[in-house]
Amino acid sequence: MTHLPLDIAHLLAGGLVLVSFLMIYQNRLSALLDVFAFHAVVLSASVAWQAQLQQAPDLYITAAIALIFKAGVIPSALGRIVRNLGIHREVETVVGTGQTMLAGMGLVALSILLMMRITAGADPLAREDLAFALAVVLLGLLMMVTRRNAVSQVVGFMSLENGLILAAAGAKGMPLVVEISVAFSILIAFIVIGVFLFRIRERFDTVDIAAMDDFRGDQK
Amino acid sequence: MAPVDAAALLAGALLLLGPAALVLGPRRAAAIYAAAALLCALVAGLGLTALLTGATSTTVLPIGLPWLGAHLRLDPLAAVFTLLLGLGGAAASLSAIGYFRHEPAPMRVLPFFPAFLGAMLAVLIADDAFSFLMSWEVMSLLSWALVMVHHREAETRTAGFVYLMMAAFGTMALLLAFGLMAGPAGGYGFDAIRAVPRSPLVTAVILGLMLLGAGSKAGLAPLHVWLPLAHPAAPSPVSALMSAVMTKVALYAFLRVVFDLMGPAAWWASPVVILLGAATAVLGILLAMIETDIKRVLACSTIENIGVIFAAVGLAMAFRADGMPAAAALALTAALFHAFNHMAMKSLLFLGAGAVLGATGTRMLDRMGGLIHRMPVTAALMLLGVTAIAALPPLNGFASEWLVFQAVLLSPGLPQPVLQMLVPAAGGLLALAAALAAAAFVRLYGVAFLGRPRSDAAATAPEADRPTLIAMGALGALCVFAGLLPGIVLDALAPVSAQLTGANLPQQAGQPWLTLVPIAATRSTYNGLLVAIFIAISGGLVAVAVHRFASRALRRAPAWDCGFPLNDPTTQYGAGSFAQPLRRVLGAPLLGARETVLMPPPGDLSPARLTVSVGDPVWQALYAPLAQGVTRLSIWANRFQFLTIRRYLSLVFASLVLLLLGLTLWA
Repeated sequence: MTHLPLDIAHLLAGGLVLVSFLMIYQNRLSALLDVFAFHAVVLSASVAWQAQLQQAPDLYITAAIALIFKAGVIPSALGRIVRNLGIHREVETVVGTGQTMLAGMGLVALSILLMMRITAGADPLAREDLAFALAVVLLGLLMMVTRRNAVSQVVGFMSLENGLILAAAGAKGMPLVVEISVAFSILIAFIVIGVFLFRIRERFDTVDIAAMDDFRGDQK
Repeated sequence: MAPVDAAALLAGALLLLGPAALVLGPRRAAAIYAAAALLCALVAGLGLTALLTGATSTTVLPIGLPWLGAHLRLDPLAAVFTLLLGLGGAAASLSAIGYFRHEPAPMRVLPFFPAFLGAMLAVLIADDAFSFLMSWEVMSLLSWALVMVHHREAETRTAGFVYLMMAAFGTMALLLAFGLMAGPAGGYGFDAIRAVPRSPLVTAVILGLMLLGAGSKAGLAPLHVWLPLAHPAAPSPVSALMSAVMTKVALYAFLRVVFDLMGPAAWWASPVVILLGAATAVLGILLAMIETDIKRVLACSTIENIGVIFAAVGLAMAFRADGMPAAAALALTAALFHAFNHMAMKSLLFLGAGAVLGATGTRMLDRMGGLIHRMPVTAALMLLGVTAIAALPPLNGFASEWLVFQAVLLSPGLPQPVLQMLVPAAGGLLALAAALAAAAFVRLYGVAFLGRPRSDAAATAPEADRPTLIAMGALGALCVFAGLLPGIVLDALAPVSAQLTGANLPQQAGQPWLTLVPIAATRSTYNGLLVAIFIAISGGLVAVAVHRFASRALRRAPAWDCGFPLNDPTTQYGAGSFAQPLRRVLGAPLLGARETVLMPPPGDLSPARLTVSVGDPVWQALYAPLAQGVTRLSIWANRFQFLTIRRYLSLVFASLVLLLLGLTLWA
């Protein structure tokens, strides 16, 4: 039974990867936002478990930030944006979900293989956490690449950042200051992107980034 | 104060004169050029003292890389080039006082000119790779700025671009060479570099990189293409500096690395240098023979002389590798002596070309003519210069080329049959180059200064300004001195040959009648003074005889009617017509020269036209495909300028995944 705490940590980190896959699979915006909120909840649970495991009370703060901002404020704000823009039913993918899922599995395999190789001497908890975190980061990037709607790119970016936090929580002793600053920078990025979304919408009547390419004044 | 400290001070003063010029402004231009000339005279004096004493002094300045500092050193090798820089720099600065009086944009020259001199001095005294490369790059960039003075002319911009490319390429090669010499330990001081043992292969690679790096700056074929572009584009005192002095700084870099830093090279490395030098000499002088722009002719002749010098350096390498230090000392001394002479005569010729350009407003030989009447002093000094560079006795060009051939004649003593066969062949090429040089400079002088003026500007050309004439006079005196008393110069060069080859020529000061004895009195000797006296006496006697015994009967006849039935000056021999025989014999196969005659159809009154097209074969074969390849590559890469946001993200993502894959699969 001594392995139970580690197993739970793995479960939570692996759950995060699974939720990332759910996000890749979701091609409707409002559902995507819900899954993103769930992603943040799992992250927060994972970080809180790490806090308990490592006896690091400041990680609870990180978990709370994740829960409040990422699971609460940001999804609801994005949801408002989506509703205001009237695109909550929009279906938008560039690459089919099937191929994207396959690519995502490849990325997970890649990150696990890579982390197992290069962190041979490290603490097993941190090793596998790092592998999962890298997978979440790569999946977030994959999502940014395969979507054409600006909102889902924002979501991809946020989930990428979740992966970073997971990695940071796994590696013991990341200072709180760094976490808070990362969190705030993400928040600011979110605000900026949100403002941009409205500006883009005002100008082009769409947030499909393909529309913007027409206005670059050069050939495609 | 040790000489090296004085040299550092002078380099600093020259470098600071540039910013000072910015503050003082164009109204004090004359004072700034005069200060530069004075500082250069001091540099020359310092170089001469350091050379004569043969002492080495070093110092470390607390600037540059924090763990290295700036190591400086003035040894005999650096001293001889310091002397060269001082003399050439002083002459060019003196001439600049007059030349730039009428410059429309004085501030495009004024700040860069003294700083350029300072940077060259810094290259010479640098004793670690960092300060060396730093000074080298500053020198390159400042000279580029000086080439670009008249940047509104498209020709100048092309020249500047080509020069910048070549300079960047050369510095890259030097950077790699020094990186290779510093080795994995990364000791960038020259002392540390000397101490590292190297395999012959590494040495050969370093030599190749030096041929690229220093050769591109010196003008060694096939890296010579920028000289005929950049030297005419720059103002004449700058051309004089670049052609006469900066190419020597490149030679210094080559000698410093090959003979001092990189350790002994295998014998098979030397034929490359010898052949490259000889080929450069022939190619350069052929181009000089055919060009019709006076400064391009001079620039191409610089290529030829660099070729001669490098051939002699290659000989010295061969002799040194085969354990013949006395012969190596002879070849090296010949190279240094020729470098010195070329500095003097090419500065003289470029300043003279500048005077002609200022007076006639054109660089085209075919628009000059008859200048000997309008610019008598310039013409007399230019005659001295062309005689010297055409290697006619008793001037200095002959003395040094004679020494080079003495070294060539020692080649049967070399043990390798390859060298035994190859060196005389290279000597033949050098002899061809010397003969062609005579032809090229007869053409230059004859077309520009003799005959009748071919344009109104040439008919009303004023004499050159006084500072330029003084500078040219001093350089001419230097040519005469080194020609009549070469022994003194050779004795002064002894510490350098002792430093680099471990041997010396026989002491020349004690020879009877001031004779030049390169090997032994029983072999071959040359006495410039006696030749001069002989020429003077026999010439005088002939003149007396002609005047005494020739018919004094008065004859009246149409003047020059045989050659000039028309009164048009274009009926004279021009630059193109003078070059025609050689262009047909050598130019057609080697340079792809082509003549097309356009005859009007019968009844048409328009004139027939003869068009001559000459290309540099190196440009066609090497640079044109390269430029095309780069253009094609940039057009292809340009597509990445116009991707969608998502594609950019995909590129980032794909490269990240690829890198991670690489990391995973890395054994």
